[in-house]
Amino acid sequence: MDLGLTEEQELLKNFARDFLEKECPEAVVREMEEDEKGYSPALWKGMADQGWCGLIIPPEQGGSGMGFLDLVVLTEEFGRALVPGPFLSTQIGGAIPLLGWGTDEQKKAHLGKIAAGEEIWTLAMTEPVARFDAEGVQMEAKVEGDKLVLNGTKLFVRDAHVADFMTVAVRTKKGASAEDGVTLLIVDAKSPGITTTALKTIGSDKQCEVKFENVSVPKANVIGEVDKGWPILNKLVLKAAILESAYLVGLAQMDFEITINYAKERVQFGRPIGSFQAIQHKAADMVTDVDGARFVMYRAAWSLDEDEPDAEQAVHMAKAWCNEATRRVVAHGQQIHGGIGFTKDYKIQLYFRRQKMADLMWGDADFHREMVAQSLGV
Amino acid sequence: MDLRDSPEEAAFRKEVVNFIETEAPRAEPGQTFEQMAAKGQNWFKQMAARGWIAPAWPKEYGGAGMSQIQQFIFNEEMAKHRAPRPAHLIIGLGMAGPTIIVHGTEEQKKRWLPGMLAGTDIWCQGYSEPEAGSDLASLRTRAVRDGDDYIINGQKIWSTIAHIAKWMICLARTDMEAPKHKGITYFVIDMKSPGLEVRPLTNMADTHEFNEVFFDNVRVPKENIVGEENRGWYVGMTTLDFERSSVGSAVGMRQEVEEMIEFAIGNQDKPVSALKLNPTLRLELADRLIESEVGRMLSYRIASMQNRGLIPNYEASVLKVYSAELHQRIARTKTKVLGMYAQIKPGDPLAPANGSWCHQYLRSMGYTIEAGTSEIQRNIIAQRGLGLSRD
Repeated sequence: MDLGLTEEQELLKNFARDFLEKECPEAVVREMEEDEKGYSPALWKGMADQGWCGLIIPPEQGGSGMGFLDLVVLTEEFGRALVPGPFLSTQIGGAIPLLGWGTDEQKKAHLGKIAAGEEIWTLAMTEPVARFDAEGVQMEAKVEGDKLVLNGTKLFVRDAHVADFMTVAVRTKKGASAEDGVTLLIVDAKSPGITTTALKTIGSDKQCEVKFENVSVPKANVIGEVDKGWPILNKLVLKAAILESAYLVGLAQMDFEITINYAKERVQFGRPIGSFQAIQHKAADMVTDVDGARFVMYRAAWSLDEDEPDAEQAVHMAKAWCNEATRRVVAHGQQIHGGIGFTKDYKIQLYFRRQKMADLMWGDADFHREMVAQSLGV
Repeated sequence: MDLRDSPEEAAFRKEVVNFIETEAPRAEPGQTFEQMAAKGQNWFKQMAARGWIAPAWPKEYGGAGMSQIQQFIFNEEMAKHRAPRPAHLIIGLGMAGPTIIVHGTEEQKKRWLPGMLAGTDIWCQGYSEPEAGSDLASLRTRAVRDGDDYIINGQKIWSTIAHIAKWMICLARTDMEAPKHKGITYFVIDMKSPGLEVRPLTNMADTHEFNEVFFDNVRVPKENIVGEENRGWYVGMTTLDFERSSVGSAVGMRQEVEEMIEFAIGNQDKPVSALKLNPTLRLELADRLIESEVGRMLSYRIASMQNRGLIPNYEASVLKVYSAELHQRIARTKTKVLGMYAQIKPGDPLAPANGSWCHQYLRSMGYTIEAGTSEIQRNIIAQRGLGLSRD
């Protein structure tokens, strides 16, 4: 029994950390906050060259042939460096669904390009009702012969404005339960009838409103089967929740490190403020929250990857905890920094804002806590 | 990263489970130390025969010589099966014994270890004093050399089970001039010594565990010093390493939460479960489960470190604070499940769960104080773990 990383994972982590420290410093993060695309093509190419875009894609299809846990380790480093851009979107919207449930044609058409960094993907699931359960998929698609026609609006879709393809969740049937009648399909973002507008969000990420007006999609683009998409989508959301949790852990770890260093350097009343008990106790609580988040997240990631019977419950527990624990961490981070932390110029607020974004994405603490309660039969 | 047992771990776990399922009675919540001592006698004898009554002791001293990960598995299964632990023997087996193994003479080992293992000798601790709690090193109980003996005067407080103990491990000051940590000596004291008086302290949960112990010219032979004179503080620190290696408590918490949920659901049509009446209770139950899983992973993290030959530092303090505070939250949630019935004490016929949840609500208030207060633990985490300075 072991909660540590393999040697390979340590190498990946250390390399990624060094690479991102050099290639994605604070200046790049800030620059991308004002950038229309929201990502740096140079950095994106660098990540593709490292084999990260195709990290979990098999070598035969142009990828690095690593596993979900390796992606989790890498994502934690992305959180640490606040990497801007459509990396997670492409994994969650493209690589993972295609690898898990794509047809041979779909895999052949896209996996190689994803691995090469030539295709950007995203998952279009949430709608204005903003729910991560089956009830939240209400946008209708009518099956017309060998195509489906989409009409409606998706909201909070990350990186839709730069995506080449979207995996879209639609309702093709109003079944006995919300879980019955969901379909997943690959939509070319350049299809006529699609209008994308980026929202202004505090995470400085590019979550978009995507309007579909009579958008025609070939039936061959269905992932899995018509009406039977929910089990796939549910699994996707669970994996996405873990990746987002890993991002949160990396973000919180860095916020914590910056804060501890500040407490050691900032002098008031003739001594470093980190020598005062009030600060020390907050610091102790921060490290407890970060460590707890990391290991409950690893546990859920492992269980999901191994298809353990309690994996789903473990993911809900992990996301619920990570959401609230990292919120506490970044709140202490702000408080310990005092006035300087409250300015736009100082870096600690970059972490605070993105924590809320990742907290909300794929379900906030209340949603996942509710899922845990349901799993207990209460 | 692999949460499954390795083949060796799985084989060991099987052995442990087999033994527990065959031999152990099931513990009842809310038992006193005396009840535990009486009920578990045969089970403890079985454990002693295998050396499992002292899992961490080397085999040559009658223990099981278990590795850290084996101790972890042992603790997990004991908790899961609610197998009684000889809690009345914990100071001997868990603190005094390991200290004597490391620092004691051969005579001392021959003299004291067998009684600990057999369970015939109960040990207690004489550390804290009315004026020396968190600041233990400021202790004032005096030991003055007189021929081949030392004469001890002073007072100890919070001595668990001193009222039934045969021996005490006692820290006393032998050098008044030295800096406070450097003038302390580690003594073993016969509880029947003339001049030694034990007075009971009843805690707010209405149970008698703690005692005050008064020393009025108590004579202790020099052979009863463990380690060297004035090196007692450092001898005592060894014991803490052994305490840190036992991370059993967090492991049993998930089990406890699941049983609480089971009770809440099973009794939801009866007044003793507020599940239908209180709409926030179900989410609070979910929270306790999530928190117990985080605690379980923080324990696994330590076991995982030890398995890799790493020595936990601040991680042990993190777990202690987290577990103690979670225990209090669990006790509070239990009172929410019971509603008005939470206040009915053990012994009353209407008390749900034998009144053990009521008892636990009161008793759990001590967890964040004993064995290092949460405030001290947080100081340790920040100072020793994170490098934040003292001034």
